[in-house]
Amino acid sequence: MSYETPALTEAARQVQICNACRYCEGYCSVFPAMFRERTFASGDLTQLANLCHNCRGCYYACQYTEPHEFALNLPAALAEARRESWERFAWPGTLSRLFQRSGVAVAAALVLGVVLLFAAIRAVPDTGNGFYAYMSHALMVAIFAPAFLAPLVVIGIGLRRYWAEVGGQRVQWSDLRNAGRSAATMRNLSGGQGQGCNFEDEDRFTNTRRYLHQATMWGFLLCFASTSSGTVLHYGFGLEAPYGLFSLPKLLGVPGGILLTVGAFGLAWLKTKADPALGAAHLWGGEMAFVLLLGLTGATGLALYAATGTGAVPALLAIHLGAVLALFLTTPYSKMAHGFYRFAALVRDAQIARRTGTAD
Amino acid sequence: MTLETVAAQHWDVIVAGGGNAALCAAIEAAEKGARVLMVEAAPLPYRGGNSRHTRNFRCMHRGPLSVLTDSYGEDEYFDDLLRVTKANTDEGLARMAIRLSEEALPWMEAHGIRFQPSLSGTLSLSRTNAFFLGGGKALVNAYYRTAEALGVRFLYETQVTHVHLAGDRFEAVDLLCGEEMATVSGSAIVLASGGFQGDLDWLARAWGPAARNFLIRGTPYNRGVVLRDMLDQGTQSVGDPTQCHAVAIDGRAPKFDGGIVTRLDCVPFSVVVNKDGARFYDEGEDVWPKRYAIWGRLVAAQPHQVAFSIIDNKSRELFMPSVYPPETAETIDGLAQRLGLPGVKLRETVEAFNAACRDGTFHPTELDGLATEGLSPPKTNWARPILEPPFYGYTLRPGVTFTYLGLKVDDTARVQGASRALENVWAAGEIMAGSILGQGYLAGFGMTIGTVFGRIAGREAASHVL
Repeated sequence: MSYETPALTEAARQVQICNACRYCEGYCSVFPAMFRERTFASGDLTQLANLCHNCRGCYYACQYTEPHEFALNLPAALAEARRESWERFAWPGTLSRLFQRSGVAVAAALVLGVVLLFAAIRAVPDTGNGFYAYMSHALMVAIFAPAFLAPLVVIGIGLRRYWAEVGGQRVQWSDLRNAGRSAATMRNLSGGQGQGCNFEDEDRFTNTRRYLHQATMWGFLLCFASTSSGTVLHYGFGLEAPYGLFSLPKLLGVPGGILLTVGAFGLAWLKTKADPALGAAHLWGGEMAFVLLLGLTGATGLALYAATGTGAVPALLAIHLGAVLALFLTTPYSKMAHGFYRFAALVRDAQIARRTGTAD
Repeated sequence: MTLETVAAQHWDVIVAGGGNAALCAAIEAAEKGARVLMVEAAPLPYRGGNSRHTRNFRCMHRGPLSVLTDSYGEDEYFDDLLRVTKANTDEGLARMAIRLSEEALPWMEAHGIRFQPSLSGTLSLSRTNAFFLGGGKALVNAYYRTAEALGVRFLYETQVTHVHLAGDRFEAVDLLCGEEMATVSGSAIVLASGGFQGDLDWLARAWGPAARNFLIRGTPYNRGVVLRDMLDQGTQSVGDPTQCHAVAIDGRAPKFDGGIVTRLDCVPFSVVVNKDGARFYDEGEDVWPKRYAIWGRLVAAQPHQVAFSIIDNKSRELFMPSVYPPETAETIDGLAQRLGLPGVKLRETVEAFNAACRDGTFHPTELDGLATEGLSPPKTNWARPILEPPFYGYTLRPGVTFTYLGLKVDDTARVQGASRALENVWAAGEIMAGSILGQGYLAGFGMTIGTVFGRIAGREAASHVL
């Protein structure tokens, strides 16, 4: 079988060897999915690549890693195929190549976002309450509604392309439920038995990465829920910010911000300890910048709340909203996209397991 | 640690080897409080000897235990051993290993090993064999972590070249690391450095020159240096010095270290021919797990120690996928060309086979009695004509798993000198397994011997010292 790209060719070579061994069956969903097949088309490899959570258990357990002539490094091979698939699915792909690889580009997006917000605050004075005193609600909506919706449309295009490539079928509720359960518990970072993954200290199993990722993911979702609840209160009930501590936006947002900050900076710290050769090594800068941007978004949000009523608000507001803007706008092209494709891969895996009666 | 700092100290227990048996010995000795030095000939990425290629542990159990279902009693286990070894075993040592395997499994779990239910394609072993999560290298990694935390020190890429004995007493070892040499003294030694299958010259002397064409399934670092040194100093040996355990594997596998992926399970559904295009044995004599070992010898007896297994399209998905894709052709002639076989002869062989096949029900997973008629040698099960293109061909060669020659030990794992037991020398693992596995092989039993005797050796050595 021939493949379109060197990354797919290499992934196919390695997967063929894994399929003759099968020792790693118990680590994660990738192996049971692999062992259902005998031959691997490009779409099958893309699916496996996006299902892989890079827990690295298979690498450290492998008797065929270099210097062995088979030179297996499945986490890296799948990371490369995954990277390539995101560039293929993103529209336009050039931006994906830029933001996935370049930490400088992510930083530049952040600076641009902050500058834009400073300019907006300066240019359009307002007389509202709280931070609306510096920037009107209408202006925020004018900036963030398109900045939120446009990336979602682009992600939607990417997901459609993904679904077509992996041969996805009509989604059933049970598929979403199974995928949701896997994502909510990060089952694929559990090492198969709850011992965790091999990341920051070679072959030692720990749950540090799993829990930090949980904090990041749940923190982000809570922050998102907080903003959404604010929108509902604003438009649905005529209740405008600032909200008190015991309001829905704050009850969701404060713990969310803390989780996001701790989780993202924790993941960044772990990343400095892990072996870059077991991932897509040349994406290190882009991934690091992305996770720092996530952490910064959480931290500046908390700082903004803490600074309520002080003279630091306008500056913090510009920095926080600038970070949010950069995060949103780069979403379809940065590491942020992994969440969408990973979930799609989990849904597709649940579908295949349901169809073949091999649910694990 | 460097050789120099190691040599400056006196060690309680020195362990020669770096695989499962060595690790179990080192951990037990260190837990008793001994200062332990492990000397591993392989570099770090290849540490662990043949243990890194293993996948399970055969375990006696009187009821469900960890991932093991049902029960597997001492007598049934011993009967299984008798069957494969043709009674070529030391019953006392064998029964002891079997009995102690039951308490070994929880000990393994307590020392970092994780088990998983039987792998796909190995359901027949779910009652008898506990599979390591991630396989043997994961086990080796976990034990190194445990040993390190207990203060065991390691030397990699270092060969034990000589064991100094003063009469019955061990005093020191000579070590060689690259160009550097040192003599290191210790109060006791555990020899757990495997067999000699990595030394092709030795293998060729023992088996005959044909052995140079064998593939070695495991580590190239089992060169039998310590075994040779001990035998030269008059310690007693066990096991047939001329024999090795060899199975038929993919002929395109690497010379060393191909491991599990090089197995081929296509033989029962194929016709197997030698380099001249002629059949030489009943491919359907029994299910493959019971026959792959004899095929190592069968192929070894053919010209150039090579054979070719040929199937047609309808059998392609009846066995586990191979690591290398098969040679493929639309005609038997074309396949002969690709495999470098005489085309006319191969066609004759296949046509004769096809003509001898008869109608009946084909059952890939059990003895179906679908036999050839009037063919010599016959194929007694799964005989279906090779007709449907494309045709596929796999190359088979003998792959050596381990050698049988070893050191004789008693039930405390103590090595036996010419007239009596050595005072402070123990052995565990493949280097002494010939006492128990005199012939044949029982899946997962090598790890049982290594674990049980490794633990005994480590404890005995530490008790002797402390």
